[in-house]
Amino acid sequence: TADELERNERLGGVGCRRRRAEDARFIQGKGNYVDDIQLPGMVYGDFVRSPHAHARIKAIHKDKALAMPGVHAVLTAEDLAPLGLHWMPTLAGDKQMVLADGKVCFQNQEVAMVIADDRYIAADAIEMVEVEYEELPALVDPHRAMDDDAVVIRDDLEGQTEGAHSKRIHHNHVFTWDVGDAEATDRVFSEAAVTVKQDMLYPRVHPCPLETCGCVASFDKVKGELTVHLTSQAPHVVRTVFSTLSGIPESKVHINAPDIGGGFGNKVGVYPGYVVATVASIVLGRPVKWIEDRIENLSTTAFARDYHMTGELAATEDGRILGLRAYVLADHGAFDACADPSKWPAGFFNICTGSYDIKTAYARVDGVYTNKTPGGVAYRCSFRVTEACYFIERMIDVLAVKLGMDKAEIRMKNFIQPEQFPYQSALGWEYDSGDYPTALQQVMDACDYQGLRREQREKRERGEIMGIGLCTFTEIVGAGPTRNCDILGVGMFDSAEIRVHPTGSVIARMGTKTQGQGHETTYGQIIASEIGLPSENIIIEEGNTDTAPYGLGTYGSRSTPVAGAATARAARKIRDKAQKIAAHLMEVSEDDLEWTGEGFRVKGVPDQVTDMPKIAWAAYNNVPEGMEPGLEAVDYYDPPNMTYPFGAYLCVVDIDRYTGETAIRRFYALDDCGTRINPMIIEGQVHGGLCEAFAVAMGQELPYDGAGNIQGASLMDYFLPTMVETPYWELDHTVTPSPHHPIGAKGVGESSHVGGIPCFSNAINDALEQFGSGHVNMPHNAYRVWQTLHALKLDQ
Amino acid sequence: MGKHAVTVTINGQSTDVAVDSRELLIHTLRDRLRLTGAHIGCETSHCGACTVDLDGASVKSCTVLTAQCQGADIRTVEGLAGADGLHPLQEAFFQEHGLQCGFCTPGMLMRAYRFLQENPSPTAEEIRHGMAGNLCRCTGYQNIINAVQAASGKMNQPEAESAE
Repeated sequence: TADELERNERLGGVGCRRRRAEDARFIQGKGNYVDDIQLPGMVYGDFVRSPHAHARIKAIHKDKALAMPGVHAVLTAEDLAPLGLHWMPTLAGDKQMVLADGKVCFQNQEVAMVIADDRYIAADAIEMVEVEYEELPALVDPHRAMDDDAVVIRDDLEGQTEGAHSKRIHHNHVFTWDVGDAEATDRVFSEAAVTVKQDMLYPRVHPCPLETCGCVASFDKVKGELTVHLTSQAPHVVRTVFSTLSGIPESKVHINAPDIGGGFGNKVGVYPGYVVATVASIVLGRPVKWIEDRIENLSTTAFARDYHMTGELAATEDGRILGLRAYVLADHGAFDACADPSKWPAGFFNICTGSYDIKTAYARVDGVYTNKTPGGVAYRCSFRVTEACYFIERMIDVLAVKLGMDKAEIRMKNFIQPEQFPYQSALGWEYDSGDYPTALQQVMDACDYQGLRREQREKRERGEIMGIGLCTFTEIVGAGPTRNCDILGVGMFDSAEIRVHPTGSVIARMGTKTQGQGHETTYGQIIASEIGLPSENIIIEEGNTDTAPYGLGTYGSRSTPVAGAATARAARKIRDKAQKIAAHLMEVSEDDLEWTGEGFRVKGVPDQVTDMPKIAWAAYNNVPEGMEPGLEAVDYYDPPNMTYPFGAYLCVVDIDRYTGETAIRRFYALDDCGTRINPMIIEGQVHGGLCEAFAVAMGQELPYDGAGNIQGASLMDYFLPTMVETPYWELDHTVTPSPHHPIGAKGVGESSHVGGIPCFSNAINDALEQFGSGHVNMPHNAYRVWQTLHALKLDQ
Repeated sequence: MGKHAVTVTINGQSTDVAVDSRELLIHTLRDRLRLTGAHIGCETSHCGACTVDLDGASVKSCTVLTAQCQGADIRTVEGLAGADGLHPLQEAFFQEHGLQCGFCTPGMLMRAYRFLQENPSPTAEEIRHGMAGNLCRCTGYQNIINAVQAASGKMNQPEAESAE
């Protein structure tokens, strides 16, 4: 209502474009990031890393390094082994070497850590550590990983035929995971009038946050307590893991995630740097700082994607999709450290039926080891939804081409309809809500889709190459229900704790951790709307595990769905108590009161009102008999389902046929994430995600050569767009609330990356396939596009 | 290794430091002088998170030796706000939502500070080129461009008024 809107504007509540509470410190250089931390007696740790992708370690000579002034220690696996810390568990249920244990399995792997007075001396000392290697053949092609004669990467798993997720059928096999009705799907395909099949690669890329990973570990020998400041998206999980690994009780492990310079999924897991710096601090009894450089970040921390996918669709001749079959070969690198809920080794790839009513489907994923860096889930992927979305959105286009059907028309024809929600998908997810036809139509109207197609036909006759990309995606975010979602056994709830002070200001903390998404601003907006106190006086904190309630962290766009829900529910508990206090103050029955948005009034007597500041004060000095003083509440929220935001994106590209260079003429993105807490923040999230999508589709990759050398892992080659390359973004939205969420809000942070990449790639493919190119893989940089043009003799 | 005695003016204050010849300016600022606003995002001189204003030029301080800075006049993000409050650029980044994680922000601000002196009324296209030495991973740049344009408008306003 208009009243509500006006009140929300005044309070800085839900729906308003509230300016950010975080900005004041960041625009003045007063943020507090890990490398800003200096502690008395602090020393610096850095790694000796492997030049080889696969080699045995014959000897490590520390003497020259140790003899250097300012060097305190050189730690190797031998030093960690007595503590059982030369290996560590991963979120995927595998284990990973902390320091090379007898061999190295990927290039730049951690071999030894040097501890020195400062980072300059540490760098010198690293050069003085001599490591003798005996090279082994490197395995880089996942398609060869399960050959009979493939080299054994994981000696430590020899004889283990049972992995964390399934039987292992080969020494380089990690898991097989499948879902859906295989037989019924095969039947649909054998009977269908039309079938298409397409191989496609989602290349290995990297989230590359501008701030790399790092930590300051400080063990207090007197108190027996460990404090670690670190770049973590999930600090409570890190505390539990560190306590388990070190044997230090969780109450004596103080994990603090301060301001984080972007995470993008790179900072979910535990890296060897955190572990070795912590061990070094325990050994030396002084703080140890570890800050990696960019090349180390790109080449040794969590990569994203590397899914080799084969897709099949079965359809009627008029374009009704009857069945879907997906097979994926997943390259996980040398250790399976893929961040996932523990029962989901391929994440939520089974959302790959997308926005379409496909009754019969089957998907299978095989993970393999290769001599590469671990990772997989990162970079706004929502647990492999990027891959699932790319898969279905490319396949839809492939089918449209085969049928000679328009790409918007085939989508309209197969959309799940608004009245079908909640919709049970063939691969097991229950979509909460959606209105896909309206969204796509709105985009087509805004961009004059028919006019663009006309222009494309005319251009083609003139020999100009233009492509129109569409993507109509469904996301799945907000992991998740504890019945099937857990991280290392901890259910994937999240939490909020809200405390109202006597004078009506508020401190609130959540179990998530912002890395720039604006939580300190937007959680305050939820509280402001729920309890009628202005958000400017609501302080939001996250990241300190001593003070914040236990939560599972921020990734998978789960903050709004889970901690956002907990925040609203905790605030409602406060409001319920406030109502009792108000009834006591006004000497009426609780049932006679109604909520005004800022307090309570007696029904039918508008001038009998009391507001929240008065109630807060009374909570500390005048509560009904038998009621606890104070005004605060906690909520741990176990979501009943995920949220399923969606979007319709359109991209227009023009390709120079002689150089292969692509100009993005237009990118139009409509997102629907239900109730919008802060439109300004959502728009910023979408801009950022689209920029990533542009980068991934058009230039980013982390290739390995045949010897296992990682290539392009620095900003010399790794494509991060500047302002010059980055397109101008046009945004739009519709609002289809999540029926199960306390405020109807869905997650959104990753949508634009998930949906953006297929939209760009579809535009390139749309431009080229009219010449018979078939599917072309990403990245679509000028050289690659030119290669396609050249093969088709279009560049002459 | 002998230390170099270097005197620089930072944010208007004369400061003496003693550094090894190889010490990078970014480390002197951050680790020695505790001006931790400027950041490090790469080691190949691309990202511009370390940008400071040095003798009237935007400089990536990861690519300058402190020993080269004898007598230099340096401004960092900490010195951008004046006695009368935030610089119009800081205000505009806040108003236009030109930052998220804040890691690129100090470098962006210091580059924009110099850029608007080089070109007081830039077009969006000129901003894109003028600030192409600064990478951002969060914003997709659009709101940063808006912020620089808004600041430019605001900074040109008093002149326009007095000219009337």
